[in-house]
Amino acid sequence: MEHSFSLPNSGHNFDAEASKLGMWLFLFTELLLFGGLFLVYMVYRSLNHEAFIEASHHLNVWAGTTNTIVLLASSLTVAMSITALQQGNKKRSLLLLTITFIAAGVFLVIKYFEWSAKFEHGLFPGMEHYSQLPTGERLYFYLYFFMTGLHGLHVIIGGIFLAVVMVKIKSGKVHKDRISLLENGGLYWHLVDLIWIYLFPLFYLIH
Amino acid sequence: MTTTIAQPSYLEGKKGLFSWIFTLDHKRIALLYLYAIIAFFLVGMTLGLLMRLELLNPGKDLVEPTTYNQIFTLHGVIMIFLFIIPSIPAVFGNFFLPLMLGTDDVAFPKLNLLSWWLYVLGAVFALATLVFGDGPADTGWTFYAPYSVKTGTNVTMAVMAAFILGFSSILTGLNFIVTIHRLRTPGMGFNQMPLFAWGLYATSWIQLLATPVIGITLLMIVAERVFGIGLFDPSIGGDPVLYQHMFWIYSHPAVYIMALPAMGIVSEIIPTFAQRTIFGYKAIAYSSMAIAFIGYFVWGHHMFTSGMSGPAAIIFSVLTFLVAIPTAIKVFNWVATLYKGSIDVKPPLLYALAFIFNFLIGGLTGLVNGALAADIHVHDTYFVVGHFHYVMFGGTGFAFFGALHYWFPKIYGKLYNIRMANISFAIFFIGFQLLYFPMLVVGLMGMPRRYYDYLPQFHVPNVVSTVGSWILATGILMMIANLMVAYWKGKKARKNPWHGITLEWQTSSPPPLHNFDKMPEVNEKGPYHYKNAMDQ
Repeated sequence: MEHSFSLPNSGHNFDAEASKLGMWLFLFTELLLFGGLFLVYMVYRSLNHEAFIEASHHLNVWAGTTNTIVLLASSLTVAMSITALQQGNKKRSLLLLTITFIAAGVFLVIKYFEWSAKFEHGLFPGMEHYSQLPTGERLYFYLYFFMTGLHGLHVIIGGIFLAVVMVKIKSGKVHKDRISLLENGGLYWHLVDLIWIYLFPLFYLIH
Repeated sequence: MTTTIAQPSYLEGKKGLFSWIFTLDHKRIALLYLYAIIAFFLVGMTLGLLMRLELLNPGKDLVEPTTYNQIFTLHGVIMIFLFIIPSIPAVFGNFFLPLMLGTDDVAFPKLNLLSWWLYVLGAVFALATLVFGDGPADTGWTFYAPYSVKTGTNVTMAVMAAFILGFSSILTGLNFIVTIHRLRTPGMGFNQMPLFAWGLYATSWIQLLATPVIGITLLMIVAERVFGIGLFDPSIGGDPVLYQHMFWIYSHPAVYIMALPAMGIVSEIIPTFAQRTIFGYKAIAYSSMAIAFIGYFVWGHHMFTSGMSGPAAIIFSVLTFLVAIPTAIKVFNWVATLYKGSIDVKPPLLYALAFIFNFLIGGLTGLVNGALAADIHVHDTYFVVGHFHYVMFGGTGFAFFGALHYWFPKIYGKLYNIRMANISFAIFFIGFQLLYFPMLVVGLMGMPRRYYDYLPQFHVPNVVSTVGSWILATGILMMIANLMVAYWKGKKARKNPWHGITLEWQTSSPPPLHNFDKMPEVNEKGPYHYKNAMDQ
């Protein structure tokens, strides 16, 4: 529609600062979402200290460690990808994003094998072996599945987010001078990483 | 100055259903919310009338005990999640925040539309509880565990509704914060913003930072019901009191999501109808932020009787009393603004004054609840019911309808019948006092809340209360009818019928599609510097 007057501060203008601010605010909500779970974890762990340590021996520390390294490396590659695009190197940026995307896949595959092992041992809430566990261990496994499950969902969302950004970089909609979507994707991916950094010691490394 | 081509108003232009339900225009989205919210308000009000009718006499009058439990749960869920929480931000915030800041939309118009659709989806879930499963939840709107995990009624769906509506609320808050930071017109600093924008700013931070906590808590309830095992059921070592903590970490700040925008409305109406600079602009603005901040740390006062250590209870009680300070600052500033103003008693001002009156009663009874010893006596009695209806309905509800009367000419470009508005206000106000004041009395006498029956000695106040509910409903229906008549047949309103000087009054009524035909002029001496306006 044509009109002769438009405001300088229009909500329909593209504003990189605004989208980044919006992303940060959204990340705050994500932190608080997990924050509620961390609070519940803290309470039950302090109430069932011994049982939590006992139950944590069922987890495979090597799988967890590998996943931690994979996620940390993918955070590095996504950050490098942003720098690459800032310098105008579209090809390298896409390559680095692809590596990040693959890392997300590797993480999920390892997680899948970990979860399957638990299922085989009947440790999922509602299964036979689970129901015979002492209370504290049941709470541990409930929280384990809830928290790593929700985190896994975030890995999937983050992966989809990065895939969309890749398509947009390819088609030229995201480029050197309009990079905020990639930056926001990177921010989200760092959040996914950050939450795992807390989940890993809380479930795998407790003594 | 160059001449500009006049744009069509936002109500003209594109026609048809899709031009509304998929619009990116903040004004049309605001109206979508307005119609939905008023519809849900009327549903909630009807449920309230049913409850009052049941309580007219001791014993069973109308419904079974379980039905009564379902009615008050649905009344709470609808009124809290579908009416009060979205009411002022989603309707008047959406419509007037961009206008008051001198911009043409919120920062993320598409996200705004998404918020609206999430609201619709949440509402569908809430209403679906009526038809699916064993009927609507009977837990009360708080969904306290372990009952909410064990009851056969449709709690899962009701909880999902609250979860989705929470998302809608988060995204609206996010949008407003970015809008306020990025889209203020050149020359408008934070301290030149209208106080309604300040109120929304504080509210948005609460929406953003508190809502996720209830989101995750409600998800845990859903998981607990779906898998049959979980975190809050004491029979497996879970802790139901932990659920209460998690619930109130959100739901107490949510009280300020309801109250702060209403206080912003009052801060707009009073200077306009006193034609006077607001007293203590910065004190009002910053006290909103203070309420938002302190409001985070007082949730424990809902749980004084649930089992809490002595020191914790004392700390929560002290913090609760602290909230009264910034609140009182606002009330004193509003009253001081009226002093020596040239007061023009029009319907919006009546609503604002009613807000102050009701909020005063609501606030002071709140202090009774916040005091440890007194709370033991009044906890879970009708005193609490009276208290929060004075704050929420008497406060936020009145502010909502006040805002509707204040901005109606701007939204539709039509003026309503002022005499009718005054009469319906009077009936509404009297009905309100008759409905809720007896609850405070009967609560102190010891009548517990949430029962469909009561002892004979509580009969008289309950009759007064039920009669009050009929008077209140009459007033509200008259008010809405008056506004509907104005919509169809009202006189054309001038651009600025109340002589307000915030930016929304500088554009035509109804506003053009892109809000302004020329650059809005910011009053450098502050948004309420009326002398300046008089000189012109």
